[in-house]
Amino acid sequence: MDFNDTAELAEFRHRVADFLDANAQRRTDNQLRGMEGEQAFLEGKEWYARKAEAGLACLTWPKEYGGAGLTPLHEVIWAQEAENYLTRDAQFVIGIGNCGPAIMHFATEETKRELLPRMASAEDVWCQLFSEPCAGSDVAGLRTRAERRGDEWLVNGQKIWTSGAQYSDYGVVLTRTDPTVSKYRGLTLFMIDMRQQGVEVRPIKQMDGGQHFAEVFFNDAVIPDSYRLGDVGGGWTGALTVLMSERLAISGVQPTGFPQFLDLVKSLELNGRPIAEDPLVRERLATWYSRYAGLQAANKRMITAVAKGGIAGAEASLGKLVGAVMNQEIANFACQLFGQAGIIQDQELSPEQAHFQKTVLFSPGVRLAGGTDEVMRNILAEQVLGLPQEPRADKGMAFQDIPTGPG
Amino acid sequence: MNFEFSEEQLFIRDQARNFLSQESSAEVVRSVLDTDLPFHRGLWQQIVELGWTAMAIPESFGGLGLGYLELCVIAEELGRSLAPVPFSSSVYLATEAIKSWGSAEQQQHYLPRLASGELIGTLASSEGPGALEINAVIRGEGLRGSKLPVPDGDVADFALVVARSEDGIPGLYLVDLAVDGVSRSVLTTMDPSRSQARLDFDGAPAQRLGEHAIDGLAALDQLFDRAAVLFAFEQIGGAQAALDMGMAYTRERYAFGRAVASFQAIKHKFADMFVALELARANAYYGAWALSSDAPDLPLAAATARVSATDAFYQVSRENIQVHGGMGFTWEFDCHLYYRRAQLLSTAIGTQPYWKEVLATRLLAAA
Ligand SMILES: Cc1cc2nc3c(=O)[nH]c(=O)nc-3n(C[C@H](O)[C@H](O)[C@H](O)COP(=O)(O)OP(=O)(O)OC[C@H]3O[C@@H](n4cnc5c(N)ncnc54)[C@H](O)[C@@H]3O)c2cc1C
Repeated sequence: MDFNDTAELAEFRHRVADFLDANAQRRTDNQLRGMEGEQAFLEGKEWYARKAEAGLACLTWPKEYGGAGLTPLHEVIWAQEAENYLTRDAQFVIGIGNCGPAIMHFATEETKRELLPRMASAEDVWCQLFSEPCAGSDVAGLRTRAERRGDEWLVNGQKIWTSGAQYSDYGVVLTRTDPTVSKYRGLTLFMIDMRQQGVEVRPIKQMDGGQHFAEVFFNDAVIPDSYRLGDVGGGWTGALTVLMSERLAISGVQPTGFPQFLDLVKSLELNGRPIAEDPLVRERLATWYSRYAGLQAANKRMITAVAKGGIAGAEASLGKLVGAVMNQEIANFACQLFGQAGIIQDQELSPEQAHFQKTVLFSPGVRLAGGTDEVMRNILAEQVLGLPQEPRADKGMAFQDIPTGPG
Repeated sequence: MNFEFSEEQLFIRDQARNFLSQESSAEVVRSVLDTDLPFHRGLWQQIVELGWTAMAIPESFGGLGLGYLELCVIAEELGRSLAPVPFSSSVYLATEAIKSWGSAEQQQHYLPRLASGELIGTLASSEGPGALEINAVIRGEGLRGSKLPVPDGDVADFALVVARSEDGIPGLYLVDLAVDGVSRSVLTTMDPSRSQARLDFDGAPAQRLGEHAIDGLAALDQLFDRAAVLFAFEQIGGAQAALDMGMAYTRERYAFGRAVASFQAIKHKFADMFVALELARANAYYGAWALSSDAPDLPLAAATARVSATDAFYQVSRENIQVHGGMGFTWEFDCHLYYRRAQLLSTAIGTQPYWKEVLATRLLAAA
């Protein structure tokens, strides 16, 4: 057991720190934070381009696909250093973290060399088109159809909650190709060019006022068969690769809210006294730190396991679950500390430029995105602990015979 | 970087697990819980023979000269099997104190005997309800005052007693417990599988630990930090056992035509227990590394490991009773053994509010 950096990793840490110093603001730099929208997108593109130029994009990807050819341990170091800065690392995690690994696994060599380097530098932006109005947690119940026409597929149907669809050049889309077999067996996974006639994107306004995700409509959208990821009818396997990668990717960038809370406790005075002296604040600080530190250490252990050749286990769900809940709890607690003024969400008037108020309103989405809290618990219970599966009302049925709600 | 125990350490752990599953079975634990026996002598003897008491003692003092990581994996197994022996008192507390601050002579006298099991030691700090307050005092050669609860105080051969010198400065004192001037009485506690005593000192001979006077409270903090990591391993071991027990029972138990473990309300409880335990385990591993490498952030790492291990064992031991239904509330089922032990371990060396305050202080002082 050795939590110290090797000489090589220590050197890498220096390189990362230098890059961050030169290219990013420190988290405590009291700068205005653009959370959303076009601005975030543009900042993200620039950020990734700079990382790619410095050879620091997609650290674990092979060099021929635009990565740095390094190890998961390098990624841990990056995350540790980057946490002290305001970066755009989370901006394109859906493409790079979720879609990338599936493409690497299933696409042809030619396609990989063409598309992955552009994804790594964010020259192309990708989205993940899984959820539908009638299929979220039960995503295998989706209805978007893909029908074969010679060397091409025609896609019709609707996706929803697609993060960043409005900015995306490509997407990974899960479709139904055979409704006459069980729901898991009739699915096929594709890459799709989002900049085409048959694809219409309509942004959705979220409860926090932002527009991070969108509805996507397909009307005879065209996909060449060479963009298929895996076998016809084998889409669920590919989808699981995407979903597992998602949890691992999120566990690296997912906000827990803790570093910001610690900054706040260290800096804020209320009623002429540092809040760091408040016993209630101290109690919460200790509780959340113990979870935050546990997540960090657990993440390292998981990454060690992956580095030793294991696959990203369902354990990654743990980080998603703990981080998302804690993020919301912390934001709520912080606003309560501010007294009656806690309700004010004003960059000029609220502590930390209203970070905590914004988080109160954004954090509910984090508990849903990428699998809800409840779905995470199901995964932990069934796949990690091996407890018996839920009885399922749709077991053994062809997809077309499965009952649906009135919606 | 490597965040796992080595093959050799895992081998020691597996050996310990196998041994304890035989020799520290529930019947063995109950033979202490249900009777007036203070601890299980047969088990203790075997543990001594296996060299566990000698593990972290240098070879020059008759020990095996292994590190803390080996001790951590043993601690996890002792916790898992609820071993009814004075290991933590003698090894994490007494041995560690003498190793750290004892004079050459004291080390020469005590360490080989602690290693060989000839002596059992303990630490006497608490004097009753409330935060730690030291009123015990040395007058002339003799110690006066009371200590309670003292873990294994009824069976230990000697104790390190936190007491004030005549001019009021707290220090650590070695006190032979089998002499005039010491009276001991066994306390009734929530966990009778490990005994606790009240010690009354009325002029008992006491010898200052160390060549020179040390800051007793600072020493106690350091001692507790190290013990916190080792206790955290006992706690995660116990929590894992309770979690396994709950899952095994609910898989077999049927209600409404299906296994209780298939109900989502129950599964989600297990998922939450697993989460608490994994966080605690990860923190304990980091604490183990900090302890074994004497890293500068040991104090922070130890408090973190302690806080999350206490949370995890309490949560799992409590919910394990719940998922057992009425059976969980019986004396016959072992659920209460874990619940009792969780209570004991969460108060030994300081309660959760104490450690959370320590953690907050250290966190705010760091960086
Ligand atoms: C901010 C945000 C970004 C997103 N980005 C994307 C994206 O980029 N691409 C994409 O494909 N999707 C995306 N999603 C969709 C997300 O994956 C779904 O919202 C999520 O999986 C839940 O599905 P649903 O909304 O249909 O809710 P439902 O599945 O209808 O769930 C409703 C409630 O029922 C509970 N529930 C459902 N099934 C079970 C069960 N088996 N056991 C217990 N409880 C259950 C849920 O936990 C939830 O509380 C995003 C969502 C959000 C909020």
